[in-house]
Amino acid sequence: MEYIIETHDITKKYNDFTAVNSINLKVPKNSVYGVLGPNGAGKTTLISMLCTILYPTSGTATVNGYDIVKNPKDVRKSIGVVFQSRSLDDILTGREHLEMHASLYGVPSEVRKERIEEVLDLIALGEKADQYVKTYSGGMKRRLEIGRGLIHHPEVLILDEPTLGLDPQTRESIWKYVNELNKKEDITVLMTTHYMEEADKLCDEVAIMNLGNIITADSPINLKRELKADTITIRVDKADKFIQEAEKLDFIKEIFRIDSEIKLMVERGENLVAEVVNFANNNKIFVNSIELEHPNLEDVFIKYTGTTIADGG
Amino acid sequence: MAELEGIYTIWLRETKRYIRYRSRILTSVVTPLLWLLIFGTGLGSVIRFGGIPGGYKAFIYPGIIGQTILFTAVFSGVSVIIDRQYGFLKEILVAPITRPSIVFGKALGISTGSLIQGVILLFLSFVVGVQMTPLIFVASIGLIILISIGLAGLGLLIASFTDSMEGFNLIMSFIVLPMFLLSGALFPVIGLPSVLQAAVYLDPLTYGVDALRQVILGHGALPLYLSTIVVALFAVATILASAYLFSKREQELM
Repeated sequence: MEYIIETHDITKKYNDFTAVNSINLKVPKNSVYGVLGPNGAGKTTLISMLCTILYPTSGTATVNGYDIVKNPKDVRKSIGVVFQSRSLDDILTGREHLEMHASLYGVPSEVRKERIEEVLDLIALGEKADQYVKTYSGGMKRRLEIGRGLIHHPEVLILDEPTLGLDPQTRESIWKYVNELNKKEDITVLMTTHYMEEADKLCDEVAIMNLGNIITADSPINLKRELKADTITIRVDKADKFIQEAEKLDFIKEIFRIDSEIKLMVERGENLVAEVVNFANNNKIFVNSIELEHPNLEDVFIKYTGTTIADGG
Repeated sequence: MAELEGIYTIWLRETKRYIRYRSRILTSVVTPLLWLLIFGTGLGSVIRFGGIPGGYKAFIYPGIIGQTILFTAVFSGVSVIIDRQYGFLKEILVAPITRPSIVFGKALGISTGSLIQGVILLFLSFVVGVQMTPLIFVASIGLIILISIGLAGLGLLIASFTDSMEGFNLIMSFIVLPMFLLSGALFPVIGLPSVLQAAVYLDPLTYGVDALRQVILGHGALPLYLSTIVVALFAVATILASAYLFSKREQELM
C-alpha cells in the first residue's frame, strides 16, 4: 500500500510533559484517516507538527514524500489545513478569502478564477460568497475554511476537529461533504475528532490516541470486531455484589464499571439479556435497567484505556 | 516571483481592512483636526511664535501629521496580536511564503493606510494657513511613506513579543505617548534642558517630524538630508528586525 503520511517516532515534549510520545502512523493514500481521542490526547499537537507549524522534539514525519523538518515549504504546498479554531477575517468576503489563499499558494492566475468558482460550487455559499464573513453562520464558515483548504488542489486535507461546536444538522452535512470530496477528488483526508460517531461514519481507518500515545489503529469495523463483544449495560441496586457474583459466569468475558453502570462484554448479547436478569434476581439483586449495545468505537476506547472518551485525557 | 505575489496579497488584505473600517478613518482625521484647531489655536493665542507664518498652529501641523502616522502605524502593527487571537494569522503563517515576505506585505499595507491619512491631512493644510505646493506635497508623501514603514516595523516588532491585547495600555504609556511627546511635534527641540534634549534625539520620530517640518514650513533643527537618513535607517532596522523575529519566533506566533 502507498502511504502519503508516515511518522517516525515523532515526539513533542513541553518541559516534563510529553504531549506526543514517539508515534508511528501510516496514512494510506486517498483514505479518510481519523485520529480519535479525548481532549488533551495530543491530537492537535500531532497535527500541528504535520502542518510544519510546530517542530518535533525528536523524530520526524514525511508528508507527500517531503520531510516536515527539512522541506517544510514543500509540505505546506502539499496540504490544505482547517484549524480547530476559526481562522477567517470577518471583514473579507468568502470569495476574497479564496482569492487570497490562491495567490498565497501560488495557484497560476489563469486557472485561479475557475478554481474559485469550482470551490464556491462545492461549498454552496450561494450569494453569500460576496458578503462579509461576519454575516455567515457557523456551518458556512466551516465550509468556507474547508473549501479554502482545497483551492490549491492539495494532496492531503487536514481537518482538526472539523465539526466541533456545530449543530447536529450542520455536522451531518459536513460529513456528507467530506465523504463526497474524498470520493470525487484524488485526496487524502486526515482528521482528528473526539466524536466516535464521526470517526465511525467517516473514516476508513482510525487511530485511537490517548495521553500522547497511539493505542491502536485499524479500520472501524476491525476495531469493533476485535472486541468480539456486545455490551450489556446494567444498573443494579447492589453493584459490588453483582460484579462479585457475575465474575463467576463464563459467558461474561470482561466487566467494566463506570460510575453506577456496569458493562458486561459478551458474545451474542441478545440471547443473554434474560439470563442476566434471572441471575441477578436469583442473587437478590434488583435490576434498575438493562440495555444491549453492539460495539462502537467508544467501547474500543474503553477496552484499551478503561475510561470513556469524555472522561479520558 | 511567488514571494512578490505573497507580499502583494498581504498588502491587499491589509489595505482592504483599513479602507473597510470607515469609522477608523474618520476618527483618525478628526483627532488631528482637534489637536490643530483646539490645542493649536488655544496655546497659539498665548505664546508668541515669530518666524513662522501661521504661528503655533502651523508649527505643530507637521508634528500632528507625524503623530497621526505614529498612532496608525504602530497600532496597525500591533493588530497582528488581534489576527493571532482570531486565528487568521495561522492561515497566513501556514502558507508556503517566507516570514520576511509576510512582514514586508504587512508593513507596506500599514504604510498605505498611514499614507491615506497623511494625504487627507496634507489637503487640509489651509485650515492652519500653510501654503501647499505640488513639490511640498510630493516630498511630504515620500517622507510619510518612509516614516510609516519604520513605525509599522516597530508595531510588528512589539507584536512579535506580546501575547494579548492586555499589553495595549503598556504600549500606549511606555512607547507611543513618549514617542509622540518627545518628538518635538508640539515644541521646538532646540534649547531644551540637556536630559530632555538627549531623550528627544533618541526618539526616532523626532527626525521624521523635523524632516516634515523642514519640507512643509522650511524650518527645522537638523539638515533635511540628515533627518531623512535617520528616518530611512530606522525603517530598514525595524523591518529587518521584525522580519528576523517573525522567522525566529514563528512557533510562538501560532
